[in-house]
Amino acid sequence: MEEGYVTEDGRKIGGVVMEMKNITLRFGGVVAIKDISFDIRQGEIRAIIGPNGAGKSSMLNVISGFYVPQEGQVLYQGKPRPQMRPYEVARQGIARTFQNIALFEGMSVLDNVMTGRLNYMKTGLFSQALWKGKAEKEETENREVVEKVIDFLEIQHIRKTPVARLPYGLKKRVELARALAAEPSLLLLDEPMAGMNVEEKEDMSRFILDVNDEFGTTIALIEHDMGVVMDLSDRVVVMDYGKKIGDGTPDEVRNNQDVIDAYLGVAHD
Amino acid sequence: MPEQLIFAMEVTLNGLMAGVLYALVALGFVLIYKASGIFNYAQGVMALFAAMTLVGIMNGQVPFAHLINAIFGGHITHFGWTIPSFLAIVLTVAVMVLLAWLVQVLVMKHLVGQEPIILFMATIGLAYFLEGVADLMWGSEIKTLDVGIPQGINLWIDEKTYNIFGYGFFIDNLDIVATVVAALLVTGLVIFAQYTKQGRAMRAVADDHQAALSVGISLNFIWVLVWSVAGFVALVAGIMWGTKSGVQFSLSLIALKALPVLMLGGFTSIPGAIVGGLIIGVGEKLFEFAIGPMVGGATENWFAYVLALLFLVFRPQGLFGEKIIERV
Repeated sequence: MEEGYVTEDGRKIGGVVMEMKNITLRFGGVVAIKDISFDIRQGEIRAIIGPNGAGKSSMLNVISGFYVPQEGQVLYQGKPRPQMRPYEVARQGIARTFQNIALFEGMSVLDNVMTGRLNYMKTGLFSQALWKGKAEKEETENREVVEKVIDFLEIQHIRKTPVARLPYGLKKRVELARALAAEPSLLLLDEPMAGMNVEEKEDMSRFILDVNDEFGTTIALIEHDMGVVMDLSDRVVVMDYGKKIGDGTPDEVRNNQDVIDAYLGVAHD
Repeated sequence: MPEQLIFAMEVTLNGLMAGVLYALVALGFVLIYKASGIFNYAQGVMALFAAMTLVGIMNGQVPFAHLINAIFGGHITHFGWTIPSFLAIVLTVAVMVLLAWLVQVLVMKHLVGQEPIILFMATIGLAYFLEGVADLMWGSEIKTLDVGIPQGINLWIDEKTYNIFGYGFFIDNLDIVATVVAALLVTGLVIFAQYTKQGRAMRAVADDHQAALSVGISLNFIWVLVWSVAGFVALVAGIMWGTKSGVQFSLSLIALKALPVLMLGGFTSIPGAIVGGLIIGVGEKLFEFAIGPMVGGATENWFAYVLALLFLVFRPQGLFGEKIIERV
């Protein structure tokens, strides 16, 4: 695989993890994504930005298997990915969060984060009943990962709290914890800062950077708050009306005329 | 101790035991409703189907014998062997799992994302279809089911209570067994849901489909699992009711008895199904005992529904159901 690059702050970025090739997605007559190609590299924070309705969430849903594109190819770790159900994509090591938070409201924070480990629980139903020792060992290992993630995201104090009782900002953090517990090779964040106040946004930005730094997790995120994205990401894809209008480092994108037009509007004469 | 009070104690005990049987049926409803939002009208028929299959296998009946004879002109009805009850139960469980898989693959899979009322209608169709299949497979005559559960008065309790109160309580052995089995079943279900991988996945699906998909849970697999577990619960209920009153088509009507239990306990709560069952069981027996003679008896037919109606008015989510909060 071709070698990566080195970021401004000196982090080494590896080869291509995920490549989207000429993706087109239609809903009936509406074209949500039009012939878009881009790649995501090992260890980088990759952002997809654009105004409302640009097709960002659709793109994330294509990556995570919730939508199936009519045209184009998805290459994961160098290999073309056949059409997959969302749970199969998740089992391949792609974890995600949702724009409007999808947590298990009836469970505690700990149980929620534990579900992130389901794919690591190899012991089946019967062996779980028969060989208690093996199941217990597995449980302990999974718990260790979960506790580490909980510590890392500073949610120890609410471990036993039912998720339904948490405020919005903390729910977002629990969702991130659940995704992280799966030790994903690619982490997808759908508007991780939507609806947050400035302080919460700063917290979340810090966590995203720390996750990337500490675990080396490759992250692709969607955001429409330009300021946040530019500080956070290594490379940015800009979408507008389903088309890609820019791709590059934050600085390159900031100076791209098409991007400026899309965000500030342009006089049509 | 006054005589009336002693009678009331006996009635209460009998009510508790009857309530356990109601709870068993209600439990099957709750399991499926929680995991998929489907109100499974066919739960009662599943209990009937399970009980008939069990009797059929035990007696070595040839399934679809009438159909086979009609087409090929033979006269086969039995294989000529009998199968011990434990093995027959295991085989029936396998049949219920197969049924769960067929229901998911042939019906429910194609209705994902439909309105609840459509799913409900599908289960009504399923109920009548399954009833027909049961008839065709095993015949429509009333059968006795004997898997070795003791029946009749428990002499030990009779004797002990006679020594204490001077009046022996009539408690049926079958009811005692049913209570123990139900307790084991519920304990097993709780352990399964709390501590196993599949149980956790089941709870996750019950909570949020999207989130479940995103952590790698196959909804199809879980739904087959849930229908299988509900099928197993139906089998247990079918065995208890079938032993009590014979395996016959009216068995499917016990589903109607589960309705007030569900309204009391809430559609989404396993403890609710149990407590609801017990309240209905004790309530209707005590009401019949205390008020029945004044109104000419037979209050057991309607008491549960009136109680359920009162609950619908004052606490529509049931005793343990999730509270309904609506944002305006």
